[in-house]
Amino acid sequence: MRRVAIIGVGQTKFRTRRDDATHEELTFEGVSRALEDAALSISQIESFVYGTMDPFDGVNSPDKWCVGGAGAVGKPYIKISTGGTTGLTTGIAAYHQVASGAFDIAMAVCTQRVGVGDDAQSILNTCVCPIYERDAGAGAITVGAQQASRHMFKYGSTDYQRALVSVDAHKNALNNPYAHIQVDVTPEDVMNSRMIEWPLRLLECCPRSDGACAVIFASEEQAKKLCPKPAWVWGEASIIDSYWWGERPDLADWDILSLAGRRLFKMAGIENPIKEIDVAELYAPFTSQTLLELEALGFCGKGESGPQIEKGVFKMDGEMAVNPSGGVLCTNPIGATGLVRLVEACLQVTGKAEKRQVPDAEVALAHAWGGTMQLHALMIVGKHKR
Amino acid sequence: MAEKKEEFIKVKANWNIPYTHSAGKCASHFFQEMKEKKRIFGIRCPKCQRVMLPPRSFCERCFVETTDWVPVKDEGVVDSVSINYMEYTGMPKPPYAIAFIKLDGSDSRLMHFVGGVDLSDWKKAKELVKIGTRVKAVWKEEREGRMTDIMYFKPISAK
Ligand SMILES: [Zn+2]
Repeated sequence: MRRVAIIGVGQTKFRTRRDDATHEELTFEGVSRALEDAALSISQIESFVYGTMDPFDGVNSPDKWCVGGAGAVGKPYIKISTGGTTGLTTGIAAYHQVASGAFDIAMAVCTQRVGVGDDAQSILNTCVCPIYERDAGAGAITVGAQQASRHMFKYGSTDYQRALVSVDAHKNALNNPYAHIQVDVTPEDVMNSRMIEWPLRLLECCPRSDGACAVIFASEEQAKKLCPKPAWVWGEASIIDSYWWGERPDLADWDILSLAGRRLFKMAGIENPIKEIDVAELYAPFTSQTLLELEALGFCGKGESGPQIEKGVFKMDGEMAVNPSGGVLCTNPIGATGLVRLVEACLQVTGKAEKRQVPDAEVALAHAWGGTMQLHALMIVGKHKR
Repeated sequence: MAEKKEEFIKVKANWNIPYTHSAGKCASHFFQEMKEKKRIFGIRCPKCQRVMLPPRSFCERCFVETTDWVPVKDEGVVDSVSINYMEYTGMPKPPYAIAFIKLDGSDSRLMHFVGGVDLSDWKKAKELVKIGTRVKAVWKEEREGRMTDIMYFKPISAK
């Protein structure tokens, strides 16, 4: 495999609805910003990988609708759909295209409009098996809520610790002009907000967002020619678990993420994750998932995430900044969300994160999960070549 | 382009398509037993010996077919739980508690409702439906061969 760099990233402002644009127009906006960032013209992109989750937009394969907005007509084009993981899987697929030598410049592009449908949870309920499980009324929130109840039971994590996750995310989002929800909240605000699915409250759950983003991958040779400050890809990993969540060993531990994490760190040459990684953009639409993900990826021990969060270890000025973008809790255009994590990771290691810049950030991790706690995608990018 | 907010037009659409899913041989047998005899069956993998519930015609870990039906009790223990207070299109009326329940004799957990107790106030509900709570199936009188033939699992201590 060849060394690969990211030479441009772009994202739209995320909102509940973007009534000023159609699906393909949003795509055009995201792609244009990535081209602008890379100072490239569309003709220089050799291949496209497009990610979205169809039913949220109410269109069968919006990838076909938005091909013009992606600038892909007449070019190779592959569509990716892996639930919440979609965005980062799309990034990994575009990375593979360049790393393999199949193309020198490839673009990952994702558009999602969760706001156009009246009810995302009803759509998410159709993810589970129609024969055995759908009647039980589970949505995506059920995933986060079951993990929360189990983590509280097994490790003694608290409502307050989860509230701090929300507080930190909302504070970070205030510094991100692209973030959807931009309000300052206190732990009391979180713990007094409306109960959605016990134990999760309103301010522990993500919004439904509309928007697009794009990432341009290039071979080392092209990156040297085209980009003075690229983000270098150090490693990636993707993994899928069983469809059957009742067969997971314990819902308090995200074992399949631990496995993917070990593969990722091996590929990226990371021995001590919390010491060597400066920024982690974790896909956590529910507060409880930040706890499980920090533990699964070895950023702290099992059951230690809550106390570490209380100590401020994962704040902007902590040992490792988690979700400087404000994370998924403040912005969730589902099929694009994973790629937004990578966009933020790249902005951080290239020093372009403006008001939310983590000082001297050199190594950043992007993560996404999807399905019935089923899929994970991970990528590490660095300021320097590995 | 001139931008006047009030000029953005919205186009209404609907995507409401009925489907008829195939339950297959294995789930059909499982549902017949529920419907006719109020019995729950898991299925054993001949290789790793685990009893799967819900039952499937193969073990994905060993990649072999499963053939041994194993009766499982309609009683078990709540392993994780959440209690929903929001109403979503086409989904059950809240409040309802969703639990992963380990039935006696099964090696995996079944997702189902826990009910038969007052869930209206979450502060009280979370004390009634806890991890570790023993629950027993409450069956419908008129059964159709579907997971909902069990209305919910009721905490055994509840009156
Ligand atoms: Zn087996």
